[in-house]
Amino acid sequence: MRILLKNGRVIDPKNRMDECLDVLIEDGKIAEVGRDLNGTGAEVFDVSGKVVTPGFIDMHVHLREPGQEAKEDFSSGSRAAAAGGYTTVATMPNTKPVVDNAALVRSLRERAKEAGVVHIEIIGALSKGQKGEELAELGDMAEAGAIAFSDDGHYVDSAKLLLNGLDYLRGFDKIIINHDEETTLVEDGVMNEGHRSAMLGMKGRPTVAEDIAVMRDIMLAEYAGARVHVAHISSGRAVDIVRQAKKRGVRVTAEVTPQHLTMTEDVVDFTDTSTKINPPLRTKADVEAVLEGLEDGTIDMIVTDHSPHAPEEKDREYIYAPSGFPGLETSLGVLLTDLYHTGKVELPFLIKKMTYAPAKVFSLPAGSIEAGMPADVTVIDTELEWTVDAKRFYTRGTHSPFDGRKLKGKAVMTIVDGHVVMKDGKVVE
Amino acid sequence: MGKNSISLRGRNVLALEDFSAEEIRLVLETARGMKDIIHRDIKKVPALRGKSIVTLFYEPSTRTRTSFELAGKYLGADVVNITAGTSSIVKGESLRDTLYTVEAMGVDAIVMRHQAEGAAAYASRVVKPVILNAGDGAHAHPSQGLLNLFTIQQHKGHLEGLKVAILGDVLHSRVARSDIQGMRKMGMELHIAGPGTLLPRFLSEEPGVILHDRVEDAIENADVIEVLRIQLERMKGGLFPTTREYARIFGLNAKRLQLAKKDVLVLHPGPMNKGWEISPEVAYGGNSAIQEEVQNGVAVRMALFTLVLTGGRQE
Repeated sequence: MRILLKNGRVIDPKNRMDECLDVLIEDGKIAEVGRDLNGTGAEVFDVSGKVVTPGFIDMHVHLREPGQEAKEDFSSGSRAAAAGGYTTVATMPNTKPVVDNAALVRSLRERAKEAGVVHIEIIGALSKGQKGEELAELGDMAEAGAIAFSDDGHYVDSAKLLLNGLDYLRGFDKIIINHDEETTLVEDGVMNEGHRSAMLGMKGRPTVAEDIAVMRDIMLAEYAGARVHVAHISSGRAVDIVRQAKKRGVRVTAEVTPQHLTMTEDVVDFTDTSTKINPPLRTKADVEAVLEGLEDGTIDMIVTDHSPHAPEEKDREYIYAPSGFPGLETSLGVLLTDLYHTGKVELPFLIKKMTYAPAKVFSLPAGSIEAGMPADVTVIDTELEWTVDAKRFYTRGTHSPFDGRKLKGKAVMTIVDGHVVMKDGKVVE
Repeated sequence: MGKNSISLRGRNVLALEDFSAEEIRLVLETARGMKDIIHRDIKKVPALRGKSIVTLFYEPSTRTRTSFELAGKYLGADVVNITAGTSSIVKGESLRDTLYTVEAMGVDAIVMRHQAEGAAAYASRVVKPVILNAGDGAHAHPSQGLLNLFTIQQHKGHLEGLKVAILGDVLHSRVARSDIQGMRKMGMELHIAGPGTLLPRFLSEEPGVILHDRVEDAIENADVIEVLRIQLERMKGGLFPTTREYARIFGLNAKRLQLAKKDVLVLHPGPMNKGWEISPEVAYGGNSAIQEEVQNGVAVRMALFTLVLTGGRQE
């Protein structure tokens, strides 16, 4: 099976490529990238005026399998990914039961092949049951194919447990991804602690909780000579802590979400629970600092923290609603609209943070359009204007803070292993 | 623009933040007329005949619930009380479903108290009847804020320019937040003091609010002192060492009261922890309007019902 993408603007951050070229796909691999390629026998798509990029990689999603299929499953979640231009997603282990053993990792990897329309990588739990008490069988899970380890959703309270995990995983070359908010400082908190939370009477989640957590993790990683990855960074101060650590050679990486790059606590409203996320939406100063961190390389990649919940779970009192919203289908549109079209970032830079950068950090066989690579490719129309309609999402989550927003730019084709899985916004079944 | 041009008909009463100074004035004026009704022998006017009101309380309350209930009844409305301990709520029914049920019975207004900040705002989005927030977590208690303003105005004759001291547990206090919103709108000067652990961080960023480390500094020359209740039931511990120490350093007693103006008015939203945040001699002394507030509460709630359910034209 051959596919020829003709005359698109090909952006391949790994090879610093940005020019109008053809991309030929054959037998699930990139066969050739060049001018006026021969498309004999190939399905030809004229993508002139569009941008051809490596398929997007999202290292932080919650596809909710096993056990929480009312929120999402591999089928719905991977379709949301395809619709958003993602070809690889890594799903977090805070499920029911928690993914904390090799048998579960193996069965989920099987299930991913069966039900997923994109690649689904499995992140294993750091501790048994994500309870933060004893290490899960990390080695077994690593051998079963777990891509990384995380107690995401919870802070790793015990410094000793984290240090043990860092020491242990050094030999497996796997990374611990940490949700960094110090527990006792964010208990019951539902939004950023600031003037707004003070006046709304809602309990806050202060930035200092994130700052000291990031600082501790960095100190431990430095001490252990191991790698640690800071999940969804949101505090400007924490960004600076990562920046300083990188300068002195600590093996720390970090990710940020489109929401933390574009929205502030000002959108928090009692009647819109989609704005309730952890860590919370911060202040304008934090948003600016986080963007600066992305630009100067302190923050390595962009993730969605796609966190769908069943509609009735989100439709309740703000403080009781679960945290998170589904981001896979809005991520690119938001980033293009708020960061690219506003002139804040260049397109190749943005693409790099969603493709080659995560592939490099997590050693994924993806993230580049060069001959021989698996043919995971996304085609973007940066000028396409559309309106977010959460009711029409592929994900089961229907609450989004971007619902109703007019966005400019969208993935119009997603190719996974040489198969077109999404075209013109519709998942190909 | 006369006052006839503003109407609160159909308005949800969620927080004073949503009200203009002019609208607040309208409520206070209407309440003045209502207070006369309470003093009558036969306390019944037909202004709300045929209207039905449900009070939906998820937290214990004596004065607020009774106050709303009597306010509705004095105006001829049918009032039904639902409390969390005796309804389907104990069977785990969600707030949304309870609201749908109440709505389906055809009520005109729901008076709601709930432990979650924003619960009343959520309710106003879910169902059509007018929602009157009788307290949502630490967020707002607008009728209490209004009755404080009403009480102050009755005593002082005006509001603008008065110096108000708010003392104590602001962190957990919906009354304090409603006071801050309402009093600021009416041009009053706000001085706040209490233990650092009970003052919300970043409160100092609120325009028109002056924070003090010592209660004495807040009280000095005050026209009004509102003492807040220490809400031990909402505390997980560790916010202050002992109630004894609290009383000694932060409590309002006769000695501290002398720092205020001679005719200072002392308010407390109740129920009081006497001997902790306020000494009995002050609570029952000549400057206290604490008991009077209870009666004013009924008048203010009568005004609110009338204004939101009829626009106030029938009085």
